[in-house]
Amino acid sequence: MESIKDKVAIIGMGCTKFGELWGQSAEDLLVDAAYEAYEDAGIEPKDIQAAWVGTTGTGFTGQLLAYPLKLNYIPVTRVENACATGTDAFRNACYAVAARAYDLVLVAGVDKFKDTGFGGLPIQKPFVDPGNVVPEVMFPTQFALFATRYFYRYGLSYEEGKKTLAKIAVKNHHNGTLSPKAHFQREITLEEAINAPMISWPLGLFDCCGVSDGAAAAIIVRSDLARNFRKNNDYVLVKGLGLVCGRRDGEIDADYDFVHAEETVLAARTAYAEAGIKNPRAEIDLASVHDCFSITELITYEDLGFSPRGRAKEDVEAGTFTLDGELPVNTDGGLKCFGHPVGATGLRMVYETYKQIQGKAGARQLNKANIGLTHNLGGVPGSFTCGVCILGRRE
Amino acid sequence: MAGIVSCGAYIPLWRLSRGSVTKGLPGEKAVAGFDEDSITMALAAAIDCLNGIDRRSIDGLFFASTTSPYKEKQGSTIVAAAADFRRDILTADFANSLRVATVAMKLALNAVDAGSAKLVMITAVDCRLGAPGSDFEQSFGDGAAAILVGGSNVIAEVEANYSVSDEIMDIWRTDTDAFVRSAEDRFIYTQGYHKVVREVVSELTRRCNLAPKDFAKVVLYGPDARWQLELARSLGFDPKTQLQNSFLASVGNTGAACLMMGLVGALEEAKAGDRILLANYGDGSDAFVLRVTDEVNNLRNRGGIKKHIQRKRMIPDYDTYLQWKGLLRKEMGRSSPQPPSASGLWRERDKNLRLHGAKCRECGAVQYPPQRVCYKCQTKDHFDAIRLADKKGEVFTYSLENRGGALETPSVVAVVNFEVGGRMLCLMTDHDLSEVRVGLPVEMTFRRLFSTAGIHNYFWKCRPRR
Repeated sequence: MESIKDKVAIIGMGCTKFGELWGQSAEDLLVDAAYEAYEDAGIEPKDIQAAWVGTTGTGFTGQLLAYPLKLNYIPVTRVENACATGTDAFRNACYAVAARAYDLVLVAGVDKFKDTGFGGLPIQKPFVDPGNVVPEVMFPTQFALFATRYFYRYGLSYEEGKKTLAKIAVKNHHNGTLSPKAHFQREITLEEAINAPMISWPLGLFDCCGVSDGAAAAIIVRSDLARNFRKNNDYVLVKGLGLVCGRRDGEIDADYDFVHAEETVLAARTAYAEAGIKNPRAEIDLASVHDCFSITELITYEDLGFSPRGRAKEDVEAGTFTLDGELPVNTDGGLKCFGHPVGATGLRMVYETYKQIQGKAGARQLNKANIGLTHNLGGVPGSFTCGVCILGRRE
Repeated sequence: MAGIVSCGAYIPLWRLSRGSVTKGLPGEKAVAGFDEDSITMALAAAIDCLNGIDRRSIDGLFFASTTSPYKEKQGSTIVAAAADFRRDILTADFANSLRVATVAMKLALNAVDAGSAKLVMITAVDCRLGAPGSDFEQSFGDGAAAILVGGSNVIAEVEANYSVSDEIMDIWRTDTDAFVRSAEDRFIYTQGYHKVVREVVSELTRRCNLAPKDFAKVVLYGPDARWQLELARSLGFDPKTQLQNSFLASVGNTGAACLMMGLVGALEEAKAGDRILLANYGDGSDAFVLRVTDEVNNLRNRGGIKKHIQRKRMIPDYDTYLQWKGLLRKEMGRSSPQPPSASGLWRERDKNLRLHGAKCRECGAVQYPPQRVCYKCQTKDHFDAIRLADKKGEVFTYSLENRGGALETPSVVAVVNFEVGGRMLCLMTDHDLSEVRVGLPVEMTFRRLFSTAGIHNYFWKCRPRR
């Protein structure tokens, strides 16, 4: 098996505003994201040789992408891997280019949830249950199982736990105000977050990301061709890719602890190894992690090796992951505030990392952004699919 | 001589105060929870009755009720599956009369005497509905009892019995009625209940050459406390010392379960050598003379009536009662549950109804749901079935889900780790929110998840172990 490091490069990206986009269809979103990417890359639609489109609920087959973009009878693969869809679509596109099957490809992700007719995600059982006996629980409830056990295992009182989670929500809300395309762009206070109405105890309103529409896209080429496309050669290299598909062990194995995601640990391990990263906390400049819920972000700090096991709270207290901190996490507001149109999320994370590395992140630009990580997590505690991607500046 | 080998009962946790229906009325009645019905309660009583006896030794399961949730589908097959009984047993539903439990008992005794069965369990259960505002609404209660009939290790021998069939429109429902109908009180009492039970008891005691004083207890069907008392007195019994409590004030008239619950109560207090007279009523009457044996001393461990009477929580208000009984439908917010697939239900019946997991023969790992490839050692197709329904567990983690419009908000979703190994994600029931915590000891209980497209979907939930 060969490492992906430095084999492929991103030469253009697009991302729509995320939010309640009543006036825009899925086709509108894909056109907007793709054409922003074409312009950024300086290419024309006919240059695309193959495409991948990721979505969890907005259409079947590659025609979801080919139809609005009028792609030219090329191969298009539809990808679904729950919330890890965006990263998985990106990953497949990278490997096709690294394998030299194609020179220039498009990958896009989209979901349009606001046509369902109700607030909240449709309650989907993650798995087939023909007898319909497994409790039909909402995603917040599934992730609340993390929180209850985390508080218990690490001796956090309810108040301490809520406060730690609230700090994460406050951080992401703040970052969202600096992010013009984000769904939510307002500050919240610690008190608002702690005292918000309960969704699934102990997670309240501000511990849960919202439901959004949106799309994002990327143009990928072989790294040796990348300099032909960007005048100042500020293409972004893929340094490492990891994807781990869980097998529902947490549901069956009474020893699964509900305070970590093994799939994240293993996907990160692969990505770090490919990228040559030995000390993630020191070597990574920014990270976009899957904060579908505040507790997920807290646990992910530990799973990615940013904080020691059981001690992420100390880093939250110290502000390690704020915009001014040692390792900024979710600089664009994350799932919580940028939004979470599931199929697009993994690509939106790549978009933020790409812009930061290029120095184009506007008000939220970091001083040091050479190596960035994205972490995309699909499924529920006990069974995840995790995609981790590491991107870096051209040396 | 065939007789009763074991007995058990089940009273739901919930009580509705009569005062919350009509201001000023005393007492309370037992009400099945929103996730309970005649089938789930019958199973609970059956398990209470089993305590310690090998389930594989049961040869028949009779389900006696006027309120089976199905009109064309056996309740007894569902109860037998959930009880994890053998496949090659006689399952039979007895319906349409308040006295079906004793009819079932008589036939079970006959089967044992004839040698066609060694042990037959009878579950007697009812959740009858009185029309809102009616006396029946006040007097009816929900409950279940179970007795195991057999030929050896008998705790009460059946010495004699006598029955009459009696055609009368006193209390009835048609196949489409939701509420019980009745004729005039004086008619029902004088020409039905009082006359027919008296006829049967007199004949039985004459044949046995026994007098009221020969009995430690008389257990009568009790539609009404005063009627029951008057009947007992007119039969020559002393109501104070001999009339068995039918729990009418604290539980209510439990219809087809009433007499059996009284019997279970009597057996809980009985001494070896006691004679008990049993007389049921409904479209006729069945009467039995029982003689308690030394074996009754082994009965004391059963939960039965006492334990269940003490365990109770009040339904917050009449509005909640009406919703649970389906008499008041509020807007539920989200769409109703997906109807289960019939083939899916059938293929998964051991996993769902018997709560069978799999124990790997190679490494011993217990896994639920059953797998073909062991999650621990990856050995394929090398398992033994293991029943998890009767295994103790503990809450490993949980959340409270606020789904607007559901019958229960918030609902408790828990990950339960079993003592024997394995775990499952399930709903909790019969809990107080204040007691829910990581580490809470729980046991499994059989409940109805929902009903949709004409399918009552049964499964297991956890509840706090007491």
